[in-house]
Amino acid sequence: MIFDDFLVRATLAGVGVALAAAPLGCLVVWRRMAFFGDATAHAAILGVALALLLSTSIFAGVLVVSLLMATIVSLLSGKGYAMDTLLGVMAHSSLALGLVAVSFVSGVRIDLMAYLFGDILAVGKADLAVIWGGAALVMALMGWRWSRLLTATLNADLAHASGIDPQREQLILTLSLAIVVAVALKVVGVLLIAALLIIPAATARTFSRTPEAMVVAAALVGMTAAVGGLQTAYWFDTPTGPTIVSLAAALFALAGVIANARRLLWRVMASRAGRRDASGRA
Amino acid sequence: MSLLSIAALDLALGGHLVLENVHLTLERGEIVTIVGPNGSGKTTLLKSIIGALAPQRGYIDKSPGMVIGYVPQRLHLDATLPMTVSRLMRLPRRRPRHEIETALDRAGVTQQASSQISDLSGGQFQRVLLARALLSSPDLLILDEATQGLDQQGMADFYRQIERVRHELGCAVLMVSHELHVVMRASDRVVCLNRSICCAGTPERVAASPEYRAMFGLDDEDALALYRHHHSRPSLEMSP
Ligand SMILES: Nc1ncnc2c1ncn2[C@@H]1O[C@H](COP(=O)(O)OP(=O)(O)O)[C@@H](O)[C@H]1O
Ligand SMILES: [Mg+2]
Repeated sequence: MIFDDFLVRATLAGVGVALAAAPLGCLVVWRRMAFFGDATAHAAILGVALALLLSTSIFAGVLVVSLLMATIVSLLSGKGYAMDTLLGVMAHSSLALGLVAVSFVSGVRIDLMAYLFGDILAVGKADLAVIWGGAALVMALMGWRWSRLLTATLNADLAHASGIDPQREQLILTLSLAIVVAVALKVVGVLLIAALLIIPAATARTFSRTPEAMVVAAALVGMTAAVGGLQTAYWFDTPTGPTIVSLAAALFALAGVIANARRLLWRVMASRAGRRDASGRA
Repeated sequence: MSLLSIAALDLALGGHLVLENVHLTLERGEIVTIVGPNGSGKTTLLKSIIGALAPQRGYIDKSPGMVIGYVPQRLHLDATLPMTVSRLMRLPRRRPRHEIETALDRAGVTQQASSQISDLSGGQFQRVLLARALLSSPDLLILDEATQGLDQQGMADFYRQIERVRHELGCAVLMVSHELHVVMRASDRVVCLNRSICCAGTPERVAASPEYRAMFGLDDEDALALYRHHHSRPSLEMSP
């Protein structure tokens, strides 16, 4: 079986997460929810601690705590605190609390790095099933609600006028975010999950003319980073999660350089054409 | 039955009563304009009609199956969201190409179908939003200061377009405007809103009413002159 090869399992895990993260990451970027994603991801370590303490599945623990976190933040926002302050407080206190809680569980101190930075090379067949199950669920949710999510993202009032409840779409987004966090934990770890959501989407923005094109481009960037990062980490023996994110960041920088070069070229050509016009008239 | 009837509507925002005891009915096919100073609750009233804000008291009765087309006062498109005109027209529901072309044509932006929204001028974007609202063949078209930021020419064109749309689709139009003189010309009925409705009626009646003049600080001559100017000499409406 090809699934017996750990590198194949790791690659499939990375691709699954990249696919689910693409539409969600774009929505997170468009809605300026980057901090929100970060806070949800940071809370995951608390979910890990609870799951270990109660000896339930890590996936379930992370899912529940991330959802809880997202709900609390949603409820507290608009209650007098600025959103970024609130998220800053919540993200780092839940991370700290999670780390403290984990220290009560005997024997996991060694594993902590795996939860903070991921351990994609240790993805087993069961993990792979969970990752692809979660990713498929998120992609199905996104596909089903896409038009409504997009309209609500564009403008809440326009959504209302079209019979769409923006609050419900926000809820679906929150749920998807929690699932992706739970799924991506094994791949990149809590500290870098938000990066996997945001960097591919931000890279894709430069080259996209429609929302859907941006999602496809983000998926391609995400998959390239996952597969390429995995290989790079294997060759150079570097930590896998951070290597994947570093590659994504390099692609982002490259996209920026290309976009600026293109803009510059346009400007030069336009000014040449302008000069030719002027001399032609003279 | 009326297309829309609002009765005894109270609506509070942030603990303050923004709308108080508002009554308003709308018949099919009529153009009604809401005027009122800044912060008088015009946008709030429109938002309560589309269901974005829930009233504390009173009711909003819509005739069954009524379709609303809504053009918001301000629409900020996040720079990170790539969007073409034709994609925006297909949100949230897919539409056949010919319907989209007809709607863009009605709104006077035929050329821009494949443009990026961020490349449009303010006026063009407003028209695209109007086209999008028209796509659903609305029974009621709601426009919140749709001509904000347009020059005189653009404004006059825009209202003429609305008039034409009303004739073609037979829809009622409820709009908010600050351009009193243009409003007077373009509407069947004018409603002055200042938390409650302080006067309403034909443009002539409203222009002559003391409440209206008090609200905008006009003296008698100003108000009537403004109104007559545009009724008797429409050809001069573009002059400053
Ligand atoms: N979200 C909100 N929370 C609290 N007050 C609000 C909110 N939105 C609007 N208001 C207040 O409601 C009043 C009416 O606002 P609005 O309907 O936008 O007025 P208009 O459109 O007539 O200029 C204003 O005093 C405004 O400050
Ligand atoms: Mg307003």
